[in-house]
Amino acid sequence: MRVPLTGTPAVIKAASLFLFHTPDLVRYGSKPRREVEKDPELLGRITQRLRTFEETIAYAPNQVFVGGMAPESLWDHPEPWFRSPVDRAEEWGKDGRIVPQAEFYLLLKASDDFKLVDLDEDFMRSAWEVRDQRGPLVEDDRERIGEGSSPGDIAEAIDDGALPLYMGSDIIGCIKPAHSEDPALDAATMLENLAAKATATAALRHALSLLPEGTAGAIDYLMGCGEEAAGDRYQRGGGGLAKAVGQMAGCLEATGSDIKAFCCAPNHSIVLGSGMIASGLFRNVAVIAGGALSKLGMKHAGHLKNEMPILEDVLGSVALVLGQDDGRAPLVDLTCVGKHPIRAGASQKEILGAVVCEPLDRVGMKIVDVDRFATELHNPELTIPQGGGDVPLNNYRMLAGMAALRHEIDPSGVGDFVREHGLPGFSPTQGHIASAVPFLGHAVRGLTEGNLHTAFFYAKGSFFLGRMTSLSDGFSFLLRRNRGPALKKGG
Amino acid sequence: MSGGENVQIEGKQVIALGERDGVPGEAITKLALAAGAADVHAFTQCFV
Repeated sequence: MRVPLTGTPAVIKAASLFLFHTPDLVRYGSKPRREVEKDPELLGRITQRLRTFEETIAYAPNQVFVGGMAPESLWDHPEPWFRSPVDRAEEWGKDGRIVPQAEFYLLLKASDDFKLVDLDEDFMRSAWEVRDQRGPLVEDDRERIGEGSSPGDIAEAIDDGALPLYMGSDIIGCIKPAHSEDPALDAATMLENLAAKATATAALRHALSLLPEGTAGAIDYLMGCGEEAAGDRYQRGGGGLAKAVGQMAGCLEATGSDIKAFCCAPNHSIVLGSGMIASGLFRNVAVIAGGALSKLGMKHAGHLKNEMPILEDVLGSVALVLGQDDGRAPLVDLTCVGKHPIRAGASQKEILGAVVCEPLDRVGMKIVDVDRFATELHNPELTIPQGGGDVPLNNYRMLAGMAALRHEIDPSGVGDFVREHGLPGFSPTQGHIASAVPFLGHAVRGLTEGNLHTAFFYAKGSFFLGRMTSLSDGFSFLLRRNRGPALKKGG
Repeated sequence: MSGGENVQIEGKQVIALGERDGVPGEAITKLALAAGAADVHAFTQCFV
């Protein structure tokens, strides 16, 4: 071990959030793929309702996600949001970028160490020329990407079982299976896993770019918390993605592992990484998660039925760098971590009691003492048309109900509580990406240069979906404004 | 079933569909058994 085991409180040094507009991958989302197999004409109805890149940039929830707008501004933004574009919207926000599909394909190929992704030579050259020099692609990616392919070679590969990659109706490349008989390495799975690697790489590179030069080389450990299951037939979901992403981002001194806890894996990872720093085991830990390709177009039926655009057309990714207390960056308060133990029940009251009330009680705080809570932040415009309701609002109302039960607020104050302590949903339905962490960028800014003093992150994990248990999960942590060296000793 | 209608489940077999962000299947099971259901087969779904 390079450092003695004398830690400091952990802080969040940088956070980054990216969106990738990938409309032509919607067809490869789990739900569209299964439904198109049953009804091939559905594909045409979906593609007719895909958004342009400009529409995606101007979509207010996307602007909030990358830090281009404050979350609270959505409460006053005219609805429906998809018909109320943001004026002069830009690709870059304070926390990251909305990346066009062509750059995604280049990054996908750059992420492919095994020559599985083929891209048309002409497409590749023109896409490279118009890429944004600020990232996520970097100069070294030119070598990683290598040579392009001819249309004939791509057509031949598709005939042999490769999955075509589209720009609109044009085939501009393909992805081949990594093994002829292994379903864990087939073309669709490789696309899903490489998409997670590429998108997470973008977020980590950007987070590192916000920190002093040399930080990449100072990362000791990487924790992946995405939804992919990278592995082979003998070990599906074996892992390795965090280390793969670290390699792409120049974290050459780091190793890493992938943490699995369904949608609350990011919260588990942030707390585990902070514990590593607090113990002195490591000085710098990066937490990364790539996008969930399988969730693209998940609720397309509701969007088509309501004559809406297909709004689940973006992959999200997140990265943050945890480090030693610098007296300024927001502190991860490890005395206020909440977990949902096996013995706890599954009702909302029992989950909130374990994940929110118990840790707050431990540090002598009431629910109303927290400035902002971040929880399931799914964009309601994506879920309501399919009958899923406004998930954030429902969760904040339950939290307000808990505050009322504890006599912290009057039951008539539930609506005010939601506005004062909650957030509107603004995240794409990317599972883990939507679970509390989309607020990280806003929270870090609010806790350093804004008016936040505390932000509480709690997320739920649907463990029962894996059919290993009927249990669910929840995990939480508190971020505090750093008041400088005086607080260090108290931790 | 319309809102407000009472359903007698005493002695009945119950299939319950719960939701993670609403009322989970496990909670519906407890309620149904308390109301006298003979057996409950409950699922919880996650709609996000």
